Amino acid sequence: MSSFLDPYLDDSHRVFRELCRRFAEEQLAPHAEAWEEAGSFPRELYAQAADAGVLAPTWPEALGGGGGDTFHGVIAGEELLRGESTGVVVGLGSLQIALPPILHLGTPEQHRRFIVPVLAGEQIAALAITEPGTGSDVAAVRTRAEPDGDGDGYRITGSKTFITSGVRADLVVVLARTGDDPHGGLTFFVVERGMAGFEVSRALRKTGWWASDTAELHFDGVQVPASHRLGDEGSGFSALMRNFEGERLMLAINGTALAALSLEHALAYAHQREAFGRPLKKLQVIRHKLAEMQTQVASAQTLTYAVADRMRRGEPCISEVALAKNHASLVARDVCWEAVQIFGGMGYMRETVVERFARDARLLPIGGGTQEIMNEIICRFGLGL
Amino acid sequence: MKIGICAKVTADTDARLSPSADGGSFEFSGKSVVGPYDMFAVEEAVQTKEKHGGDTVVFTVGAESDVLSQLRGSVLALGVDKAVIVEDPALANADALGVARALAKAIEAEGVDLVFCGKQAIDDDNVQVPAMIAGLLGWAQVSRVTAFAVDGTSFTATRAMDGGIKQVVSGNLPVLITAERGLNTPRYAKLPAIMKAKKKPTERRDLAALGLSAEAVAPKVSTSAYGSPPERPSGKIIEGDTDTVVAELVRLLREEAKVL
Ligand SMILES: Cc1cc2nc3c(=O)[nH]c(=O)nc-3n(C[C@H](O)[C@H](O)[C@H](O)COP(=O)(O)OP(=O)(O)OC[C@H]3O[C@@H](n4cnc5c(N)ncnc54)[C@H](O)[C@@H]3O)c2cc1C
Repeated sequence: MSSFLDPYLDDSHRVFRELCRRFAEEQLAPHAEAWEEAGSFPRELYAQAADAGVLAPTWPEALGGGGGDTFHGVIAGEELLRGESTGVVVGLGSLQIALPPILHLGTPEQHRRFIVPVLAGEQIAALAITEPGTGSDVAAVRTRAEPDGDGDGYRITGSKTFITSGVRADLVVVLARTGDDPHGGLTFFVVERGMAGFEVSRALRKTGWWASDTAELHFDGVQVPASHRLGDEGSGFSALMRNFEGERLMLAINGTALAALSLEHALAYAHQREAFGRPLKKLQVIRHKLAEMQTQVASAQTLTYAVADRMRRGEPCISEVALAKNHASLVARDVCWEAVQIFGGMGYMRETVVERFARDARLLPIGGGTQEIMNEIICRFGLGL
Repeated sequence: MKIGICAKVTADTDARLSPSADGGSFEFSGKSVVGPYDMFAVEEAVQTKEKHGGDTVVFTVGAESDVLSQLRGSVLALGVDKAVIVEDPALANADALGVARALAKAIEAEGVDLVFCGKQAIDDDNVQVPAMIAGLLGWAQVSRVTAFAVDGTSFTATRAMDGGIKQVVSGNLPVLITAERGLNTPRYAKLPAIMKAKKKPTERRDLAALGLSAEAVAPKVSTSAYGSPPERPSGKIIEGDTDTVVAELVRLLREEAKVL
């Protein structure tokens, strides 16, 4: 499965893959079904993942991360999915989207205060952009941060929704409006659990990603000190655009891995299951289905890895990552669907991983920017339309 | 204190070993690893360094291109400071004594006080090299060690004997220890350490650099052939309801396997 990756890797990646795989197989997979059904996984898993060194491979070592490169992150994304729960992967992974605004806009004091405990697995972080009234159109964010009469702080008022890890987050990185300019009036703030006026209004139930909690959040005049503002007023939108590149790469990797693992499961089943006196693998229709699935997986892998390599080199790739995410989303949709088909009735049962993955894959063309928004980006930045 | 480890990159325990077509050598398919007993040696060396300070260096005989990536990933990433790889065409067919001579010279050249080895490699099961190294260096040797401590220039080691009896021995450095299962629990490498291992020094030495001639390592024993074990008969699946299956199984165990 990893052969298309090989040109991009050195020994450190190979060893790190073994580490991640062992963690996924020993610490995650045995509990995946129970956690998925419960709609949650134990909070201690963050600290366990941090201890094992698989929580934050690409983060700076000085802040408690692994000090690795983009491909260590790619490998963690692939291997942790062997724990058989996308919910766990994205729950553990919410820091990957929540913390970059702090890293890029924040002061060293803010890094120490907000990033270090999260990378240690002691605190949970979430990113809150989407609102009940707006998702794709980020410039229409209505949550406001008004200057607080009493000092140099702010009062935040508004609602956010679909927030991954929002139910139990200790800190939420919130995009709020500090000015009227649609893009230039947006600023990031850190809101901490327990601040007066901040509440989780709803835990949402979903098609997939069951083990990860998803929240609607309400901010009713939440008072935040200026030390919780990230960067200058108005710096939010461009930081968010930068954030999206990393998020979309991880979603592309997730789609690639969902497809690759569903294919692995389907292959194993085709060896073992018999119909009309022959194993499924002897039926030409099934064989060709598997060959086509393999072809699709390979195409998603080669494209995604090539884009990850550009990102590692620090080259701009806003349109490239958009098309990798779209392609991997479609490949995951098709391959996960076909894997269920090969399993027959068993593929419709909740005890099979292919059933779970097929539901999980539905998120990919929606989250982190929809398929249509990706196409708009490809038009603008890739095709000059 | 300078602490050495001898480690061999071999076929993983789940790799398949098989004689080559002409029977003159053996091949394996699957991953190569630093053997599990050698990993106990690595862990003990790192723990000893953590307690007492000093430098750690791993020694191996093999082609750099075959072994370097495993040494980096499994040994240097766990905290060992440096690798010395002895590579020479004359060592390609060396027997245990030839390998021991090369390693002993390399150990001497580094000025090491204490060496940990695995009790054996897991491919050829020769169990000879560590004892020969100690003999060539004129050092003390303690084999199959399950607990170890250094205090100044002396050491105490616990050995596993037949029947589960433990023997506690002590002596003075320098000493060569061979590690038995239970000595410690090897740690997993963390990514920052894995990244640092990329930059740790590795040195390649040929026989001339160690002051050895090709004759000095010429094999005194040579392999004439490798043979496969006889094919195992394939398994039997017994079908039917529980009573039939149990009765048939008992009959087969009694009449065919003759174990009842
Ligand atoms: C499981 C899950 C987890 C999530 N986690 C988070 C999180 O942690 N933090 C967070 O902030 N958000 C999160 N989101 C929200 C996610 O980013 C949004 O759902 C997504 O950006 C789409 O926004 P929307 O739902 O408001 O859809 P809308 O913007 O209302 O879009 C509705 C439809 O219209 C299409 N559309 C919209 N505009 C255009 C256009 N210009 N051209 C063509 N078509 C268009 C869309 O593609 C879509 O098909 C999560 C969502 C889900 C489902």
